[in-house]
Amino acid sequence: MFLQQIANALALSAVYSLFAIGFTLIFGVLEVITLAHGAVFMMGAFAGLIAVTKFNAGLASTLLVSMIVSGLAGYLIDLIAVGPLRKRKFHHLAPMIATIGCATIITSTYQGIFGAEAYRFPFDFVPSTSYDIVGIQLTLLQLIIIGISLFLMVVLIFFLNKTRWGKAVRAVAENPRTAALLGIPVEQVFRLTMSISSAFGGAAGVLTGLNFNTIHTFMGGPILHRGIAVIILGGMGDIRGAMAGGLILGFSEILSVAYISSDFRDAISFGLLFLILLVRPSGIFGKVIERKG
Amino acid sequence: MKLFLKSLVLIFGLIIVATFSFAAEIKIGVAEALTGPIAKYGVPIRNGFTLAAEEINAAGGINGNKINLIIEDEQGKKEEAINVFKKFIFQDKVLAIFGPTLSNSAFAADPVANASKTVVFGTSNTAEGITAIGTYVFRNSIAEADILPAVVKTSKNKLGLKKVAIMYGNDDSFTKSGYDVFKKAVDAEGLQIVATETFAKGDIDYSAQLTKIKSLKPDAIVCSALVEEAANIVLQARKLGIPESVNFIGGNGFNSPKLAEIAGKAAEGVISGSPWFLADPNAKNQAFVKAYKAKFSSDPDQFAAQAYDALYIMSEALKKIKLTGSIDSDRDVLRDELAKVKNYNGVGGKFSFDANRDAEQKGRVLIIKNGKFTVYSE
Repeated sequence: MFLQQIANALALSAVYSLFAIGFTLIFGVLEVITLAHGAVFMMGAFAGLIAVTKFNAGLASTLLVSMIVSGLAGYLIDLIAVGPLRKRKFHHLAPMIATIGCATIITSTYQGIFGAEAYRFPFDFVPSTSYDIVGIQLTLLQLIIIGISLFLMVVLIFFLNKTRWGKAVRAVAENPRTAALLGIPVEQVFRLTMSISSAFGGAAGVLTGLNFNTIHTFMGGPILHRGIAVIILGGMGDIRGAMAGGLILGFSEILSVAYISSDFRDAISFGLLFLILLVRPSGIFGKVIERKG
Repeated sequence: MKLFLKSLVLIFGLIIVATFSFAAEIKIGVAEALTGPIAKYGVPIRNGFTLAAEEINAAGGINGNKINLIIEDEQGKKEEAINVFKKFIFQDKVLAIFGPTLSNSAFAADPVANASKTVVFGTSNTAEGITAIGTYVFRNSIAEADILPAVVKTSKNKLGLKKVAIMYGNDDSFTKSGYDVFKKAVDAEGLQIVATETFAKGDIDYSAQLTKIKSLKPDAIVCSALVEEAANIVLQARKLGIPESVNFIGGNGFNSPKLAEIAGKAAEGVISGSPWFLADPNAKNQAFVKAYKAKFSSDPDQFAAQAYDALYIMSEALKKIKLTGSIDSDRDVLRDELAKVKNYNGVGGKFSFDANRDAEQKGRVLIIKNGKFTVYSE
């Protein structure tokens, strides 16, 4: 049973990490906690659902469609809500509140269109084959989810470290003013970051929808809370932190149910987060922030 | 001029008298969750009410008075339910209230109605102790305590159960109360409980709990959950390789056509209990299902059926009283008359209120076969 639970935890963690990476990247670059990330996650899931049910899309194109739709949503959120506030130099709080507004608008619109009930992918969309790997029943779906998540994370890290635009993103994250002086188009970098991060949120959405086969308009809420916990735990703005945080949260949720009691699942997971933060107040990979006097 | 004034007063007086004596309408508040995640229960309930009201009004109303349903959305939240109840009681001055959707909200809002001496009639609240809130609280949803023991007993005898696992949502009055009842019934039948697992509202991942249950090899899984969660649990259980010979025994939340619709083949063999089920051949039910389908282009569920019956039960009482126009005394008279309703023959069978204004109705044990609930045992 232990190995089986590890497989369950890996699939759950993979999605948490994927969701949290976009979330933390936005914070790292824009210094905004975008509370619309849960809504974007939900949009991705629905976009994938429509691609499958209306256009018979395959797995790869489904993923692509949901990433494009969510990425576009991220672009628009920045264009309409976050960007204008940035230009007026409202930092942190005002953009965060604006993203709550975006989340409400998106969720309400989707609820108007799709109603409150849950939707599902067709039963045989991913064949329900399972593989017996050293005693663990890994379903094809779990393998796909873990595989896609890892692949996307590797691509993102490669992009940030090796490409010109990736380096620009990191430079802006370091210091937007200096980056601007060096001729980096900061506004475009902001918008690019929002789009990429949202696309990752959308990918997490469609993978969650596939894994648990439930897609509904309110699915963004619970994951948003967990996402916030994950990025605080990992260290705000740190990608390795988001990955590690996702793993810790996913594993603590599954293992606390398996070996302690499902009654205490959230108490244990969040208690653990609290303990880690006591030891490392700025998260596992967080830099110590110096207050400038 | 004086004459003119006099006749004017007379005319107005006549008009007022006329409106009161001829076109009086019976205002009834319906507070259900129409938006948000609970809307999937609230909307069929509202549909049940509107269908019954249209039928009653089309047949000439009650003693010539038309029923006017004032429908408000309580969003499945306690606070909203209280707000809506207050609006009904003090602003709209309704004669009685139906709702709210969840037992959770009923525990919060029903005391408001009871304190204002207004009848509140729950059609979907199945938790223990709802009508103990006060003497103005009624319900026609049979408590899980009245049906689940029979479900457990029948399953045990038919399937030869020895050990079971229990799963329930622990942050909701309805599913928690279902668990309490199940636990008692399972203990009473002398079944061994190999695991008790919980989950929270909105969870979608049950793999950890189900993997654990799978390793303990129970004969059946007893589960108290709302329908969406129930469907996901059943689906994921089969995905994780829990064999079909391990039946699910579900509480009231399982009793919805949605379960088989969502879970498909995985729902086969799910056992539940209810006074009403879609395929019940009695003529009244068949007519109801047909009318509902024609109007809303979907099948009614148990809650729609109970709402439909509830308005007819209320109108049984309304037929017997003479409305005076004084809202306070009308509300009181209605309460007394409603408590006397006995042997009403509805779509869910014979119905009476017991001494505690709670539902007295025979439940049946049902099992899903070929995607449909059929009678497992009377």
